[in-house]
Amino acid sequence: MSYVVLRHRDIPDLNQLDVYQKNGGFAAFQNAVTKMKPNEVTDLVKNSGLRGRGGAGFPTGMKWSFIDNKNWPHYVVANADESEPGTFKDREIMEGNPFQFLEGLALASYAVGANVAYVYLRGEFWQLGAFLDEKIAEMEKAGILGDKLFGGEYSLRIYTHLGAGAYICGEETALLESLEGKRGQPRVRPPFPPAVGLFGKPTIINNVETFANVPMILANGADWYKAMGTADSAGVKVFSLSGRVRKPGNYELPFGTTFRELIYTHGGGVQDSRSVKAIMPAGASSSLIVVNDEKVLDTPMDYATVRTLGGDLGSASVIVIDDSVSMDWLVNKTVHFFRHESCGKCTPCREGTYWMSNIIERIHSGQGTTGDVDLLLNVAKQIQGKCLCALGEFSTMAVVTGIERFPQDFKNAVSPSPLPPLYVKKNEGMEKV
Amino acid sequence: MTNQVTLTIDGKQVTVPAGTGVVDAAKMAGIDIPVFCHHPKLEPVGMCRMCLVEIGRPMRDRATGQIVMENGAPKIQFLPKLETACTNKVEEGMVVLSQTEKAKDGQRGTVEFLLTSHPLDCPICDKGGECPLQNLTMAHGPGKSRFLFDEKLRLGKRVPLGDLIVLDQERCIQCARCIRFQDEIVGDSVLGFDDRSRSMRIITFSDPGFDSVFSGNTTDICPVGALTTRDFRFEARPWELESTASICTQCPVGCNITLNWRREAQAGGDFVVKRVMPRQNEEVNEIWICDKGRFAHHYTDSKKRLTRPLVRKGKNEKLTHVSWEEATIFAADQFLAAKENFVILASGRLANEDLFNLKSLADHVGGQAYLYSRMGGGELTAQVGVGAGTNFGTMGKETTIVVVASDLYQEAPIWYLRVKQAADRGATLIVLNPRETKLDGYASFVVRYAYGDEIKAINDLDKKNEIGDAFTKAENMVILFGSDGLGLDGTSNLAAACAKWLQDTGHLGKPNNGLIGVWERANDQGAWEMGFQVTDDLAGVLNGKSVYIVGADLVGDDQNLAKALEGAEFVAVQDVMETATTEIADVVLPAQSFTEREGTLTSGERRVQRFYSAVPPTGESKADFAITSQVADHMGIDLEGKAVSAVFDILANSVKSFEGLNYAKISEVKPQWPIVGRGDMYYGGTTYENTMGLGAHLTAATERGETVSIPQVDASREVVPRPKEKELLAVPVTKLYDRGTTVMMSANLLRERIGGPVITLHPDAAKTLGVEAGQLVNISFDGVSGDVVVKLDDTISVGVALVPREMGLAIREPMFAEVRSLAKVK
Repeated sequence: MSYVVLRHRDIPDLNQLDVYQKNGGFAAFQNAVTKMKPNEVTDLVKNSGLRGRGGAGFPTGMKWSFIDNKNWPHYVVANADESEPGTFKDREIMEGNPFQFLEGLALASYAVGANVAYVYLRGEFWQLGAFLDEKIAEMEKAGILGDKLFGGEYSLRIYTHLGAGAYICGEETALLESLEGKRGQPRVRPPFPPAVGLFGKPTIINNVETFANVPMILANGADWYKAMGTADSAGVKVFSLSGRVRKPGNYELPFGTTFRELIYTHGGGVQDSRSVKAIMPAGASSSLIVVNDEKVLDTPMDYATVRTLGGDLGSASVIVIDDSVSMDWLVNKTVHFFRHESCGKCTPCREGTYWMSNIIERIHSGQGTTGDVDLLLNVAKQIQGKCLCALGEFSTMAVVTGIERFPQDFKNAVSPSPLPPLYVKKNEGMEKV
Repeated sequence: MTNQVTLTIDGKQVTVPAGTGVVDAAKMAGIDIPVFCHHPKLEPVGMCRMCLVEIGRPMRDRATGQIVMENGAPKIQFLPKLETACTNKVEEGMVVLSQTEKAKDGQRGTVEFLLTSHPLDCPICDKGGECPLQNLTMAHGPGKSRFLFDEKLRLGKRVPLGDLIVLDQERCIQCARCIRFQDEIVGDSVLGFDDRSRSMRIITFSDPGFDSVFSGNTTDICPVGALTTRDFRFEARPWELESTASICTQCPVGCNITLNWRREAQAGGDFVVKRVMPRQNEEVNEIWICDKGRFAHHYTDSKKRLTRPLVRKGKNEKLTHVSWEEATIFAADQFLAAKENFVILASGRLANEDLFNLKSLADHVGGQAYLYSRMGGGELTAQVGVGAGTNFGTMGKETTIVVVASDLYQEAPIWYLRVKQAADRGATLIVLNPRETKLDGYASFVVRYAYGDEIKAINDLDKKNEIGDAFTKAENMVILFGSDGLGLDGTSNLAAACAKWLQDTGHLGKPNNGLIGVWERANDQGAWEMGFQVTDDLAGVLNGKSVYIVGADLVGDDQNLAKALEGAEFVAVQDVMETATTEIADVVLPAQSFTEREGTLTSGERRVQRFYSAVPPTGESKADFAITSQVADHMGIDLEGKAVSAVFDILANSVKSFEGLNYAKISEVKPQWPIVGRGDMYYGGTTYENTMGLGAHLTAATERGETVSIPQVDASREVVPRPKEKELLAVPVTKLYDRGTTVMMSANLLRERIGGPVITLHPDAAKTLGVEAGQLVNISFDGVSGDVVVKLDDTISVGVALVPREMGLAIREPMFAEVRSLAKVK
């Protein structure tokens, strides 16, 4: 089967404009602008069953149809803030197949009536930003972007914008704040961006990979797309495979492919031929899926089925954890990440991640007690459901599922004494501890 | 009438206007939902997560959109998660539960999180005793910490955000109230967050730090002890303080304040005002005050306060202490002998009752009563001033506000705030000034004119263009005129031009319509109402007269006035403090400060408001009206001198605009929104609830059915001379923190803000003169000369030098000046 999103793997030099055009590039966009009504584009995407690739899996066409048509202008923003640990698919798409992504962005802009679109890139993607700027300039020169396109009335400009290096700016409202030049901190939702978004105007925000699918859907039709994947999750997905596998990397596969196929057929199996202990299907924000049973590996990867395992497919950043890993080590890593990346706006996340990192650090360094494990679980649950955005929620996923699903790992990590070793040592010589 | 929405909060049915937040709706119903980041004056942000509640909404059928009924009542659907009551607006049929186990667990969790790294240094914290975090911890917090003390975050304990405000980073709970106050309410965006996660901290990014004249308000709304003022930091515990309602005397806005005072050992057992706090009056200052009002109160406790009457028994003798009897008889004899050569010169710092007694005295004797002011036009504001019921807080798109020749931010900060907010709500704001001012940023139209062209600028407003439309077609119109670059003659003319406009366009005698003078002092308007006059020729007026100077320091203010006073036959000075004028006086009568006595003041908006006595009088000092009464008594004139309210009653009977007013009426209060008070400081802040009176408006002449005569203004008459090439015209401008007596007494605190003498030049003028910004130059005009530092402003005309009033150079009106470059100072 040929690639849908990672077509550059089939076609050399696809990131050159002439090569892309020779391979049908921008025909879909020109066709849409000259022959289709905007809502026909939206309907086609709706019918294709395309769901957002950023993690939430929200139906893309439906999101586009939510745009508030009483308030103008409209904006479209590509979320290229790819920051989830274990996710590295957008970068490959933008480097290898930039025009397909930009064409998708242009199609979305046409569908919702936006004349300006932005690509919001994480700060570390500065080279990629310069690269995309070149590609956008080439498109303008070729008359694919600019005023009165293809002899019609539709005009479109695309601009890139670099963030300053914050995980939170992948959250759509924090991204908008950052794009407006403010501190990247999430807004209160509702209102949602399709009603009140960038500069207070209706805005559609989608992931890079989502946009990259759109030109192929327009070119080949909704039925073609729906034929791939499962009923619940249509089409193909770029799985970022990492962790203890022999061949980590991006794998474009239809939804419904099993974990086993991804890890063993494509990823070459687990390093040192160890067995899989757990899977984090959505990067650091994942729940830990226990692999205690061969059946787990045979689970098809789509949004609904993965949920039955007690996790979310999210951005499909599959991190494989083998049996050499103790979960206190892993949770220590994820909590430190979230403590560092908490934007600080809301109390449970700001204070909770700091507190959790102290406790897990204690546990992991062998200074914890069984009481600390209970406390950690309790603090995590105190964060859950109380935060302003999803970051705080994400920070608790590995903690809660780690402690609940791998209790032995934590039992082994802590001191059997009810008193913390560090505390005993610090207070040596004192009468009572 | 706005749409009303009915919902149920904790089983209580509440009907509130649509668009109200759930926290505010609960407050209206007497239910306190705990908050930290939410403040009723600020946009909700949902940051602190303290107000977590369960919210249920009537369930709707997806297909039909109809509300699903269950047992005859709408079926209520609750979200699985707790929601923030601050960010959710009320909805019809909503059910809010703030007391369930689930909600309380969420609230308890938030307090626990906030306390993990909080220093818990309540015993030494200035906020202790009036601290929202302390109170909510007692109500919702856990009794014991599960957080290891060793793991607490250590941060800066005394980080100055400027000269006035100190930040304790450990106490800060990152609620952003201070940042949001500066951004949303003031428009001075000088605070922000730096870094993120637990390292996130408040910083200032202005130079000088926290460059805003409203900074003190952030300490009131800070829900912890993170922000404290340099003035009150470690000075007293809130529960040791008594509180007394008062009115700020620093400018004509008339902010309602509360004086916090105590008797203390470090003052030798004296009673001392420890701090000035805002007191709610939504029609005047809401719950805010400016930093000048908050910090420049120390003169009342000054060592230079006059304590006993003094008399100079012979021309070359020293002032000696005498009894009240002796001093007042001494003055009375001189005044009687002077007959019609008796002149009273009183300042707008005095209360209505003082001014009334003085005016009565002058009238009885046939003498003259002058107001010590460099601004004119008050005889017009007394007639066409804003109508009863005027409230900047209600002005919106139906109102046009015109500000002319005034930098409100410097002259009357709270009016700046109120006008800015009215503009935010949609009022059309037209700013006419000879230079850029902060208010320009909020104006619909900015008109820049050359100094001297103000009348022309006003008269040109009716041209057929957008501004003309806003000006001529406005439903309501208020004009505020100031004295930027103008003397007495200029302001009088400007006032007449503005009054004429208001009269011609029918904007008189109605609420939110009329003329406001941005006066120099708190009660100038009161003096005008009582019929005081002003004069441009004080030397002529004082020459050969027996003068009774009350609350004014002519000698200290202006060497020309000092000279003029030399020609006076006899000088009696009544003041709260020793001044250069008391030094040359024949009789000195010690007066009580506004903190020591009762009285009323008339604000520029013509609102009469009461202030109350907080601390006992200094020495033998008496209230001004009582002193005047005693002097009058010895002249055989009977003036009320005992009960201040009786003086007011007489005043109300004889001054038409005061008719019908009495102390009981101006002490009335009514419910105000937001509800603030000492019981729940986490909601509105530590501002004081108003229980002692909201004041009452004077009536305008047109409201009484009187005809108003406004003098014709000759626009072509040159009030301000025009500089020709190479000439430089010095023009007076007002600076908030000047070197006036009352401000300088608080100079320890305000030194950096007061600064040294400066003039402002256009860059081209500076170039011609061969001087640079920051350089020391000598300026001289009208016999006045001084060394000043040059500042540059490219929005002013090339031919002018701005000279701030009361900054070391006496300037009463525009006049030609010489600027000489001095050797460059390193």
